[in-house]
Amino acid sequence: MTAQAVALTPELVAEHGLTAEEYDRIIAILGREPGLTELGIFSVMWSEHCSYKSSKVWLKTLPTEGPQVIQGPGENAGVVDLGDGHAAIFKMESHNHPSFIEPYQGAATGVGGIMRDVFTMGARPVANLNALRFGDPDHPKTRHLVSGVVAGIGGYGNCVGVPTVGGEVNFDPGYNGNILVNAMCIGLADADRIFYSAAKGVGLPVVYVGSKTGRDGIHGATMASAEFDDDSDEKRPTVQVADPFTEKLLIEACLELMAEDAIIAIQDMGAAGLTSSSVEMADKGGVGFDLDLDQVPCREEGMTAYEMMLSESQERMLMVLKPGAEDTARAIFEKWELDFAVVGVTTDTGRLIVTHEGRIEADMPVGALADSAPEYKRPWTLTEPPAPIAVDDVPAPNSLGETLETLMGSPHLCSRRWVWEQYDHMVMGDTVRRPGGDAAIVRVHGTTKGIAATCDVTPRYCAADPKGGGKQAVAEAWRNLTAAGADPLAITDCMNFGNPERPEIMGQFAGCIEGMREACAALDFPVVSGNVSLYNETNSVAIPPTPAIGGVGLIPDIARASDIALKAPGEKVLLLGAENGHLGQSLYMDIILSRREGAPPPVDLDAERATGDFVRALVREASVSAVHDVSDGGLLVALAEMALAGGVGVEIAPYGGALPPHAILFGEDQARYLIATDRPEEIAGRASQAGIPCREIGTVGGETVSLPDEDPVALDRLRNLHQGWLPSYMTSQ
Amino acid sequence: MKASVIVFPGSNCDRDVAVSLEAATGREPAMVWHRETTVPDTDLIVLPGGFSYGDYLRSGAMAAHSPVMKDVVRKANAGTPVLGICNGFHLLTESGLLPGVLMRNASLKFICRDVLLKVARNDTDFARGYDEGQVIRIPIAHHDGNYYADTETLDRLEGENLVAFRYCDPSGELTDAANPNGSQRNIAGIYNAAGTVLGLMPHPERLADAALGGTDGKPMFDALVEALH
Amino acid sequence: MKARIKITLKNGVLDPQGKAIAHALDALGFDGVGDVRQGKYIEVELDETDPAAAEDTVKRMCEQLLANTVIENYAYELEGS
Repeated sequence: MTAQAVALTPELVAEHGLTAEEYDRIIAILGREPGLTELGIFSVMWSEHCSYKSSKVWLKTLPTEGPQVIQGPGENAGVVDLGDGHAAIFKMESHNHPSFIEPYQGAATGVGGIMRDVFTMGARPVANLNALRFGDPDHPKTRHLVSGVVAGIGGYGNCVGVPTVGGEVNFDPGYNGNILVNAMCIGLADADRIFYSAAKGVGLPVVYVGSKTGRDGIHGATMASAEFDDDSDEKRPTVQVADPFTEKLLIEACLELMAEDAIIAIQDMGAAGLTSSSVEMADKGGVGFDLDLDQVPCREEGMTAYEMMLSESQERMLMVLKPGAEDTARAIFEKWELDFAVVGVTTDTGRLIVTHEGRIEADMPVGALADSAPEYKRPWTLTEPPAPIAVDDVPAPNSLGETLETLMGSPHLCSRRWVWEQYDHMVMGDTVRRPGGDAAIVRVHGTTKGIAATCDVTPRYCAADPKGGGKQAVAEAWRNLTAAGADPLAITDCMNFGNPERPEIMGQFAGCIEGMREACAALDFPVVSGNVSLYNETNSVAIPPTPAIGGVGLIPDIARASDIALKAPGEKVLLLGAENGHLGQSLYMDIILSRREGAPPPVDLDAERATGDFVRALVREASVSAVHDVSDGGLLVALAEMALAGGVGVEIAPYGGALPPHAILFGEDQARYLIATDRPEEIAGRASQAGIPCREIGTVGGETVSLPDEDPVALDRLRNLHQGWLPSYMTSQ
Repeated sequence: MKASVIVFPGSNCDRDVAVSLEAATGREPAMVWHRETTVPDTDLIVLPGGFSYGDYLRSGAMAAHSPVMKDVVRKANAGTPVLGICNGFHLLTESGLLPGVLMRNASLKFICRDVLLKVARNDTDFARGYDEGQVIRIPIAHHDGNYYADTETLDRLEGENLVAFRYCDPSGELTDAANPNGSQRNIAGIYNAAGTVLGLMPHPERLADAALGGTDGKPMFDALVEALH
Repeated sequence: MKARIKITLKNGVLDPQGKAIAHALDALGFDGVGDVRQGKYIEVELDETDPAAAEDTVKRMCEQLLANTVIENYAYELEGS
């Protein structure tokens, strides 16, 4: 039975994820009933993933501009200016569901997809990061998922030869049924050689390059119907398999072609493959596309137009070339042993006309496909933040030192070395700061400048108070970049939430966005790209709201970048920023007391800015030998991390003040940094002049973290606990 | 010194090693595409790290049959020095220039970290910048670095002093704990009989620049320049 | 015709992947699992119709590329014509 003969029943429409109202809208746009291929095209273009129909009204409120922004949201990735003719191009994207189904291939294809978004704009990918969230370590699936996802990320990035330099890994029962795999890529381009997706010009060749098209990732529900034909089992959409080798060739071939004067527009065939790439390119260029599907390189026999338009086969790109550039382009792609096919031409009709085996399979207006996607302001109810919890209501532990040991050896705070040693984090020869610190740093190749990058969000804060959590996520990314000595430039966001049709979930989304908006505005830290992943829930249990923030900053001189390692015995450690002993939603309460209570720490954006700018100046003038921001786990954890990184201990001075020691050591007040310096008085004096609280915490030296009135904690023991949990968890059954 | 770096589809440390060579020699090495049938007149051939042909089938297996490899083998046999790093070491064993094979790491995992190496001999053009017995810190980044050869071959390698570097602990002891990948006899790199072909899993080009956290790889490139200028 | 080729590690060559599989089978509760060895299976479509010529070709393929005869054995079957 051919595609034409399939009757478009209300059930089939519903299986395509379209409501009756949306279907009526399609009929109005076309002036007739759609064919099956057309229905499929509308279905993917109007999907949440491509149209952002639930999130757009909120995303529009985020700050996206600044003198450093060359390209904000709306292209394949965001672009910021690094000066001297260099630009950084970056984006973060989710691959959550595929990674839950098949962790290796899901994570690997996620990495591949985000790299294509970056090199399609003319950048050579120079750094990958990822934000991973798994369920409870005791959940039966967690170990298998961690193992597969980490191997998949490594398997892809290592082969392509782009260093994986940073990210975060967390465990929380809230992700038992829906893990998060958010992959970020940063590329480096010449600021005057950036490639966009607008296919401007009529009569130009539309070219397909890369891998062949197979029946990968075609929407399950739409394919399950037996109407197609009897052997549909064979056609069942399969798990997308990653081919990093082809991606590597594609990068080299694209960059080689981009050095020629041949490309008008280029776009990765990502989600919704040929459909979304051709519609977006045609729409932005204000042209039509005639596509001849007979020319599309196929991996499988007998593929229909519907399948070709909806296939999500990986490692493919669509380009519109300048007239006469085909031969140059073909020679380059053939050199790299990649498929190259002219599959269409740009037209002045403003329509997408798809022909296959002599039949017109789709004939639809491009503008309406791209711009008339539904946009919903879904009902939402804000999460009421809990009342702050008083310090007196949080009991002190029996031993502060033992508490430190428990925290440092916990799944949440233990070393991620087991993970990042499986990633090649040094290839390309520019990794200045390896994983394990506040922000990763890669050198801008051939210069002494550096790009700093980090991924941050604290979902337990977002769950308690979405607005506060959204603000904190942006502030922490800004702080991590600052701690490395970077000027924070811009962020990419990966918004992971549950079902937006539930008002409380939509409220979480709206709240996080509002908090992010405030922080981005106050810190001049605009959003330049991002991705939304909704419906992350199983049996009506949603994930914690997780707006993952990928921050990028510029280090003018890598010789003046900082790291977290304590170095010289005798130096003083100072704390910059106000101490309020805020324990609500802290890891101390969560891990030690098994309580997730109270409001998360408030974020004072003025204090963030003032303290951060002060710290950055100290780094630039080399007044400090180590810097670390204080976040999850609080002061003592941050101090222990600095000691472990440097292999030298620290003696903590008597606390002073009115707060109880456990609030001082484990409180998670924001806008704080620890610094090590041999000029403590001078810095304290300057801090006081600048109105920034500054307190001497202790002295570098010895082989322990020693606390007043308690037995010291030996660094060796702390290191074993910190390094030990993950490998021992992964090898136990 | 004129150096040539052979570039295969999937090579990804070609640029990295070219940077180290240029820093040492002051001139850009020739980048030679694998489809060439001859390597232009050169003092040193480098087979770089990476995933030639995606490491599909076996690491280095397909690249060993690239057109350029016939001339590489010819020149190597005629005495042109050849340095094979990581995937380049795979290629040297697959093409028969060095004995043995590199199997999957004993942990079955890709490993990227600094390791300590004991310099087994320093009388070659590659190692003259080191002391014999010196312990140096060089990164590894591989999935298949587990050196295997039959006992007879291993005995011959050791008997003829053809081991170049061995994984060791900070005091230079060849312990199991210091062996990152299960390599037999802690072997990290070996020479051919003439000492003109070196294959090693660790990446000297990755720590040849102080900005990257170390320079223990640099003496290898400096020694080659010294010998081959 | 079609060649079905099996590549296996030679006896005595350590097979960490095989060991890991044995370990995993044991953990899944499969008792009585002895040594496990893993390998590769490759299908090659050939235009050749003469079995002797095909066999010669396949053998050369195995020797030159498909197997690393330092550590691997190969076996093949030819099917169809």
